[in-house]
Amino acid sequence: MDLFSFRKPKNELESTTPGEQQNTPFVPEEMWKKCPKCNTMLLTTDLEENLHICTKCRHHFRMNAKQRIEMLADSETFVEQDADLESTNILDFPSYENKLEKARQKGGKESVICGKCNIGGIPTELCVMDSDFMMGSMGTITGEKITRAFEYATANKLPIIVCTVSGGARMQEGIMSLMQMAKTSGAVKKHSDAGLLYITVLTDPTTGGVTASFAMEGDIILAEPDTLVAFAGPRVIEQTIRQKLPKDFQSSEFVLQKGFIDAVIRRNKLKKTLIKLLRIHGYNKGEKQ
Amino acid sequence: MTAYDKVMAARDANKPTSVDYISNMFGDSFIELHGDRRFADDKAIVAGVAMLYNMPVTIIGIEKGRNTKERMERNFGQAHPEGYRKALRLMKQAEKFHRPVLCFVDTSGAYPGIGAEERGQGQAIAENLMEMMTLKTPILTILIGEGGSGGALALAVADEVWMMENSVYSVISPEGCASILWKDSTKAPQAADALKLTAQDLFNLGVIERIIKQPQSSNDMAIFESLKLLISRTLEKNSALDTEELLSARYERFRKIGRVD
Ligand SMILES: [Zn+2]
Repeated sequence: MDLFSFRKPKNELESTTPGEQQNTPFVPEEMWKKCPKCNTMLLTTDLEENLHICTKCRHHFRMNAKQRIEMLADSETFVEQDADLESTNILDFPSYENKLEKARQKGGKESVICGKCNIGGIPTELCVMDSDFMMGSMGTITGEKITRAFEYATANKLPIIVCTVSGGARMQEGIMSLMQMAKTSGAVKKHSDAGLLYITVLTDPTTGGVTASFAMEGDIILAEPDTLVAFAGPRVIEQTIRQKLPKDFQSSEFVLQKGFIDAVIRRNKLKKTLIKLLRIHGYNKGEKQ
Repeated sequence: MTAYDKVMAARDANKPTSVDYISNMFGDSFIELHGDRRFADDKAIVAGVAMLYNMPVTIIGIEKGRNTKERMERNFGQAHPEGYRKALRLMKQAEKFHRPVLCFVDTSGAYPGIGAEERGQGQAIAENLMEMMTLKTPILTILIGEGGSGGALALAVADEVWMMENSVYSVISPEGCASILWKDSTKAPQAADALKLTAQDLFNLGVIERIIKQPQSSNDMAIFESLKLLISRTLEKNSALDTEELLSARYERFRKIGRVD
């Protein structure tokens, strides 16, 4: 089965019916966001202050990589690595350059940002995938950056945290994309064999080739609430078995119950939980273990 | 042949399957071993031990089945997590008894179904990728038909990967690619070209080591005999390496793909 399986963002699925908002006073669209879960209209400034969690029903909105790094890393400690690596059209795939160009216009350079930072004062390697860049699809540069991050963490005896979000492999890079699954898994194994800690944080959606490689290889696997965690996405499965899937199938709560992740952690508790876990594994402020 | 002709040839129901390769090269010496010791025996993967001339080997093959009845039984070569876990169990066994592992891959992909997801299809594949990278015994993988995405890669983290001349290896089916990118699955032939999925493409990209002449039928014994000899020479050569050398070459084999200086 293919690895491109992400569903549409929830807020696209549940589009507003015309007329529904007629009683709302006019405000510029970008100031408001509607919660896809409880339909409350939320001020974007309120959302930002509240870690992009709905103030009413606690629905977790997607965050981009920069926002997430800001949330997890101690302020001004994040030093990005390999920021200059950029995807090229290695297979001469039709109109891939345009797609890359469009993705870059949203601000990011690649579907993952990697670097070293302190978390609660503890030196940690941090990789955060970016849903704003081709829905976090895994290209060769994505794989290369993650591999380098693991190699760096291994060489410097650092714990590593990877926040995943991905629609799967990047088909414009064909087999080269597929091979990144093996490459990153090899780097994870070396880090693991060195006795170092790897924590995965699954965020919505984590699917396809990322699920079938480093996302599922953490010593400890955490997930945010309402996160799609899948190898084959719901649409692909529904097409195959020709029946509707139960609601919440492949949600983080579902995979927790099936035994494939360690815990579902709310975003406002995430950093605290990570710090506790780092400490339990012997990592302390400002020193290498 | 166009790339899409190769895709069709790779899916041809009359071409030899893993079971044919195993019986033609290993005959009576093959003993099938079943089950993942956790949930079930996945018939989409046939596995066991055999003698390759004088060398004990572990063999793991994805089996599509040779007729309608077999194909149903084998789930058309689409494995569930228990299939990949059976494969890993037998690879660990091979490591323990110091015998090389030979894998045959022929699948459109890992099965996308409710049970497969509930039992951790992604986790099962991920674990194989990670564990195969450091398995302390030689691994050789041969793609004999379709190499469909993660479900194929889960048996292809090897020291060498070979492809039959009419096999394909791809991150997505050309139909799937065409329907996602161009909303038109009839553009599969264009997608097949763009994906670079033929044996020749993959050889040029440095993703595989060897292209093997295709047996025309399941009793094309001359080709099976020469393939057997080639397999045996390769596994002997890799068995002679010390473990550290073997594993660092395996790591480097994948590390170099997409490396940027
Ligand atoms: Zn809400």
